[in-house]
Amino acid sequence: MNAIPAAATTVENKADTTGQYDDLVNAGYEHGFITDIESDTLPPGLDEGVIRAISLRKGEPEWMTDWRLAAYRKWLEMPTPTWASVHYAPIDYQAISYFSAPKKKDGPKSLDEVDPVLLETYEKLGIPLEEQKALAGVAVDAVFDSVSVATTFRKTLHEAGVIFCSISEAVRDYPELVRQHLGSVVPPTDNFYTGLNSAVFTDGTFVYVPKNTRCPMELSTYFRINSANTGQFERTLIVADEGSYVSYLEGCTAPQRDENQLHAAVVELIALDDAEIKYSTVQNWYPGDENGKGGIFNFVTKRGDCRGHRSKISWTQVETGSAITWKYPSCILRGDDSVGEFYSVAVTKGRQQADTGTKMIHLGKNTRSTIVSKGISAQHGQQAYRGLVRIAGRAEGARNHTQCDSLLIGDKCSAHTFPYIEVKNPSAKMEHEATTSKISDDQLFYCRSRGLAEEDAVSMIVNGFCKEVFNELPMEFAVEAQKLLSISLEGAVG
Amino acid sequence: MLSVKGLKANVGDEEILRGLDLEVKPGEVHAIMGPNGSGKSTFAHVLSGREGYEVTAGSAELEGTNLFALEPEERARLGLFLAFQYPVELPGVNNMYFLKAALNAIRKSRGEEELDAVSFMRRMKERLKVLHLDDSLLKRPVNFGFSGGEKKRNEIFQMAMLEPKLAILDETDSGLDIDALRIVADGVNALRGPQRSMIVVTHYQRLLDYIEPDHVHVLAKGRIIRSGGKELALELEEKGYGWIADGEAA
Repeated sequence: MNAIPAAATTVENKADTTGQYDDLVNAGYEHGFITDIESDTLPPGLDEGVIRAISLRKGEPEWMTDWRLAAYRKWLEMPTPTWASVHYAPIDYQAISYFSAPKKKDGPKSLDEVDPVLLETYEKLGIPLEEQKALAGVAVDAVFDSVSVATTFRKTLHEAGVIFCSISEAVRDYPELVRQHLGSVVPPTDNFYTGLNSAVFTDGTFVYVPKNTRCPMELSTYFRINSANTGQFERTLIVADEGSYVSYLEGCTAPQRDENQLHAAVVELIALDDAEIKYSTVQNWYPGDENGKGGIFNFVTKRGDCRGHRSKISWTQVETGSAITWKYPSCILRGDDSVGEFYSVAVTKGRQQADTGTKMIHLGKNTRSTIVSKGISAQHGQQAYRGLVRIAGRAEGARNHTQCDSLLIGDKCSAHTFPYIEVKNPSAKMEHEATTSKISDDQLFYCRSRGLAEEDAVSMIVNGFCKEVFNELPMEFAVEAQKLLSISLEGAVG
Repeated sequence: MLSVKGLKANVGDEEILRGLDLEVKPGEVHAIMGPNGSGKSTFAHVLSGREGYEVTAGSAELEGTNLFALEPEERARLGLFLAFQYPVELPGVNNMYFLKAALNAIRKSRGEEELDAVSFMRRMKERLKVLHLDDSLLKRPVNFGFSGGEKKRNEIFQMAMLEPKLAILDETDSGLDIDALRIVADGVNALRGPQRSMIVVTHYQRLLDYIEPDHVHVLAKGRIIRSGGKELALELEEKGYGWIADGEAA
């Protein structure tokens, strides 16, 4: 056993120029609107009865109900993880309502049947549900308060043999596929939040791409938390069969709320021989007010299994929202010559806290992984990069490159780096680079002396800092991400 | 164009500029020379609005507008340009993108329409030609990994694109070999015009072999102690700064 814990570094940026940037950082949350729709909501609380009720309302088969109950019983015995570098008051899981569905008896057959108030919300969020926008190549499976209400372009996908539907539908229509793969990458017992999710997940997305098929469009799901006190427990399962390719986009915004909203999603990706999955996220949940009150808790478990030889899974994330982010999209590189990638931009400002990173578990021969993490902290933002690279004994010829950069804006934020490296095969090649920098006064003055406003200069420098990650995003998402970053950092000058 | 009267400025507790007067008319090129520590760079920075300097007395007006009441970006939009002695690197920020954003910020502030990509490209190609530069620098991040000569050329190119009324060149010749110096000087000369004034701040006379000034000023201890034509620069080269400083004392 040759566990080599790499040196943990901590950079606190506490200089003497206090308060200098505060007035500039108070840009409000742009997507803070609430849609008024009657919800069919279960009363708060969690016990086996609630789980049975969820399962019943969703018309699930017995095996699914049993699976949930088994997860619940395990969860009861599990402790809340405390190792992350984040701080919050204990969550009362009995105060949460575990099911909320927009009231509509049957699912809509077309957009005409979708509640116009909902459509308006999508409109505000800029979700391309209409026909002409979808011509741009985006099919949307929109998740609104836990139940899918509209799906477009099923037909094109159907012709290609691609299954893209809500997980509830998948449980009903493709039970074998779901039963075979659900929980096979992230078992219910993986951690406290996956246990909870497995017990109470209400909806999410299922994707299956058949052998030797290139998915004809970028798949996209927009999540939006809308009911007060309704935790969201999304479940995403993507299976790419041999020789297939799929790119999946996940984007989120949430309306402004005064109470903490818990989000504990589970995402499982499975890539068989020669398959490739590209998973991109832009996350912009309500981060709370300037004192950190009312933001989303984002405790997510995302993991990809490169099960087949020469398979590839690539995670790209832009995280600007949430009060607390606890998230480590990971890759298990099981197949020989498989490839795992993690590209991340995380922004924390106000009182936001983020503990995020990745795990690259090298099991197969000649497996390769790349980690590029860009952390930006402003105001009182707290951020930790936590990454594990493990090379198993039989992972002959494994390689990893990790690059971990932090950018500090102002003088009250902090960035921490916790890289864990475990190498059990002497042929492994590991590289780890880390930098911490500040936007310098020289850079700002240079930009301003060319006529650029201070805010535009910051936005430009930050976008430059994140470029390597943005380059990995699909084009339309990259534009959105840049815009989002500029909005998030409006005024966060330093 | 520029009128500076009785300018005094401090860095910390130390007075660097001690009553500086300067009048620059449209189209004129003024050279400001002086030994190290005479206040040359401070003067350039104070005019462009860099933080860390405190103006304690005097005034500076660009076409009648009080510069000291404006933020650095407002001064730039008014038509002031500073070519940096040490141009700053902006990793990841594309040079072309940077210039387009700067140019459009300036145009917008003047109520002009923003340039679209096509017009911007056209303008860029035109200016590159005038300056005899190739476009290899444009696709790279601003000044990032540039050689000293490339950085200075990039400054001159920015100047060509932004078309300032008054350009201040802060020791643009420092760190340049003779070939790079010539390229930069040719660029500056190509940008001379009846409506554009320039202040060339330099330690050495050699830049003035290529950029011929209308007026030469010698700065010492925060004041202009001697002004004259271009022959003053030659005299300085020959006799050194000590000659004037001594003369002043005498």
